Amino acid sequence: MAEVPAIELINITKTFGEVVANKDICLTVNRGEILSILGENGSGKTTLMNMISGIYYPDYGEIKIDGKAVEIRSPKDAFKHKIGMIHQHFKLVDVFSAAENIVLGLKEEGRFSLAKSITKIEAIASLYGFEIDPKKKIYDMSVSEKQAVEIIKVLYRGADILILDEPTAVLTPQETQRLFSILRRMKKDGKAIIIITHKLHEVVAISDRVSVLRKGEYVGTLKTKETNELELTEMMVGKKVDLNIERKEPVNTKDRLIVAGLRYKNREGVKVLRNVSFTAKAGEILGIAGIAGSGQRELLEAIAGLRRLDSGEIIYNNPKTELQEDLRNKTPMEIRELGVRLSFVPEDRLGMGLVGNMDIIDNMMLRSYRKGKSAFLERKAPKDLAEQIIEELEVVTPNASTPVRRLSGGNVQKVLVGREIAASPTVLMAAYPVRGLDINSSYTIYNLLNKQKENGVAVIFVGEDLDVLVELCDRIVVLSSGKVSGIIDGRNTTKEEIGLLMTKEFTEDKKKKKGGTKE
Amino acid sequence: MRFHIVKRDQLVWWKSWGVRILSVIVGLLVSALVTVVLTGDNPIQVFATMVDGAFGTERRLWTLGQGIAILLCISLAVTPAFKMRFWNIGAEGQALMGGFAAATCMLFLGDKMPTGILLCVIAVSSILAGAIWALIPAYFKARFGTNETLFTLMMNYIAIQIISFFVYKWSNPVGSGKIGVINPDTRAGWFPIIAGKTYLLNILIVAVLTIAMFIYLKYSKHGYEIAVVGESENTARYIGIDVKRVILRTMFLSGALCGITGFLLVCGTDHTITRETIAGRGFTAIMVSWLAKFNPIFMIITSFLLVFFEKGATQISTQFGLNDSFSEIITGIIIFFIIGSEFFLNYKLKRDEKKGVAK
Repeated sequence: MAEVPAIELINITKTFGEVVANKDICLTVNRGEILSILGENGSGKTTLMNMISGIYYPDYGEIKIDGKAVEIRSPKDAFKHKIGMIHQHFKLVDVFSAAENIVLGLKEEGRFSLAKSITKIEAIASLYGFEIDPKKKIYDMSVSEKQAVEIIKVLYRGADILILDEPTAVLTPQETQRLFSILRRMKKDGKAIIIITHKLHEVVAISDRVSVLRKGEYVGTLKTKETNELELTEMMVGKKVDLNIERKEPVNTKDRLIVAGLRYKNREGVKVLRNVSFTAKAGEILGIAGIAGSGQRELLEAIAGLRRLDSGEIIYNNPKTELQEDLRNKTPMEIRELGVRLSFVPEDRLGMGLVGNMDIIDNMMLRSYRKGKSAFLERKAPKDLAEQIIEELEVVTPNASTPVRRLSGGNVQKVLVGREIAASPTVLMAAYPVRGLDINSSYTIYNLLNKQKENGVAVIFVGEDLDVLVELCDRIVVLSSGKVSGIIDGRNTTKEEIGLLMTKEFTEDKKKKKGGTKE
Repeated sequence: MRFHIVKRDQLVWWKSWGVRILSVIVGLLVSALVTVVLTGDNPIQVFATMVDGAFGTERRLWTLGQGIAILLCISLAVTPAFKMRFWNIGAEGQALMGGFAAATCMLFLGDKMPTGILLCVIAVSSILAGAIWALIPAYFKARFGTNETLFTLMMNYIAIQIISFFVYKWSNPVGSGKIGVINPDTRAGWFPIIAGKTYLLNILIVAVLTIAMFIYLKYSKHGYEIAVVGESENTARYIGIDVKRVILRTMFLSGALCGITGFLLVCGTDHTITRETIAGRGFTAIMVSWLAKFNPIFMIITSFLLVFFEKGATQISTQFGLNDSFSEIITGIIIFFIIGSEFFLNYKLKRDEKKGVAK
């Protein structure tokens, strides 16, 4: 196919204060082509896409569509130029049906008719191979169905340049395959597609060409066929990286935390945890896998004493006193007073684990400020700890009095994990500890977790990258809609097996529902 | 030519204060213009009168100091609550209840004990009255998650009505609708005059409170907990802070300081109580506290600015035969510019530069 450029970016530059998010970026996407934009977090991928879709406005540079210079000042302008962006976080109205969400905000000629829209939606769906029921409500949908609605929404509006921001982050391997076959059909139809990702094997599987960004700068564009994962990693990171995780055999394992029959209903009355049981052993890494929102967050928060369970027990074997303590429905304070050394790296780093506006020293103090009887704070020890963590974990920061909000994602995480490990825990829970981290920081975190395992800590690791779970964990608990759908040995499994277990409850629920209506 | 708005990095402190001072100057220029247009008076003369109104005589200087002390005191009161992101806009009512408690003690205990003990009793009852008035909305917020903004606001009106009721009931002479100066002969419950200066004790008390509040917020464990709860309730729960307790404790403190403000006003200044005793300072305090970014030391400057403009503007309106509303127009213009400058501290305008290709 002859190369017809759909969109060209010329010398795009964008700064936020003194931070240069994008510097002289030049990109071209042709019609009927899938371009991957590869780059670590903070390399400026999302900023660049936000400029194409009208959310930001570039400081310098030019955007050309079909060879003509255009000005995109708002998402409305982007839509006028047939650019559609599918964000990582869906923007859908839960109580509306798929069709209602798709037509929402559109001004179509003539009288409004939902039936007519549904016909059009179904036409789009069958053209590209979406499996979707336009009348289904969003709250009844799985993540991949919601994503389909988002994609159809922009297609319905006539988009022929599509931007997908990390579309596979929330999908199982099977769902990812399905999405890719849809994208391939769109490509055949002449659409220009930009896909942002940092999963290398996906880049290789789906795209025609890859453009690599590093620290806001454009590194280069390669034909996918003519490259490999190693070369891409090197371009992305700027140096050679060893992509293997060391997994030692666990030694001296002992049952440390026994979780049995946990049930939890959230405020809306939805059963989030449905009879969850497992045992975390000292000296091993227990992985928890599952689609986002399968109860992982609630599970860890319940163990940490932040949620009141409806039933079940959480038994902690205290290695010092040899006593068994029930932690269920105890506050974090009460848990600590029992002598339980439980560290928790929550998913929401700046909203729960740390205080963004406080500096590193004050954030160290969160765990230790109560020590001593004085009414006043003691800042010496936290300051030493802060400096020690900055040095040992190579945290990039001007100094220890910088607000953590100003650090990059990886450095924020190092501060948080460093603090939690400094409390010398016996149980360490980490929820998505490498989310948003670059490759080097991710491996720093894996090494830290492995070291804790060797020191005899019971490590619980909630992850989303199945490749990592399979490589890092000794055992893996798979959650599906709040139930444990399997506990498997990390050494003898594949990510496909985990993927199937992740959706097990969901497909069974569906079957039940369908069966129910027939009767 | 087009502009777009860009968020800017944090400015160094002298630049940010420069922007604020500039905004005051621009505010003064605009109010000068308004003065000329509306009244035809010479603006330079008007400003000179303003300065004269605030600093002109020794008496005026003491009144200025007293005004700053009271505004600063009530601003100190709202600050810990604000730092906790608890929007206590009920300082007016809490201070009024403190003043009411003071007046009640003066009326009924005035002849029953020596002044020293009486002042201690009054101080304690004022603190308790203010604190209770603040604890009621705090309890509901902590227990049921009610909206503290509306709740504290409504408590103001209840306080005002209670005062109205008792002012009428205890009015002196009967039926006048005013309590009048309490204990004019015995001066029971009045602040002693130190070194011949009526307001010195007020000013000294507030100076001590300012330093104490600065230390409390910055160096105490309580202050740290307040900051954590304010920044993120989730983080506070995560590290095991009892959020409800911190809310109640901090609002007790906030209300107690409001109570002290009422005490200073009734015993140290007015020696009476009316529904106008606080005169809106409970609301002005919100601005003082915000503009100073909740820093008690900076609040000395912001409360000075506000009181200075108020006194100066009043002087203008009397000297130039204008009515009160004119002074409020001027104060309003200047405050508008001060608040507006906050935008330029966080954002800057950037000219569009499109064709960067040649570079």
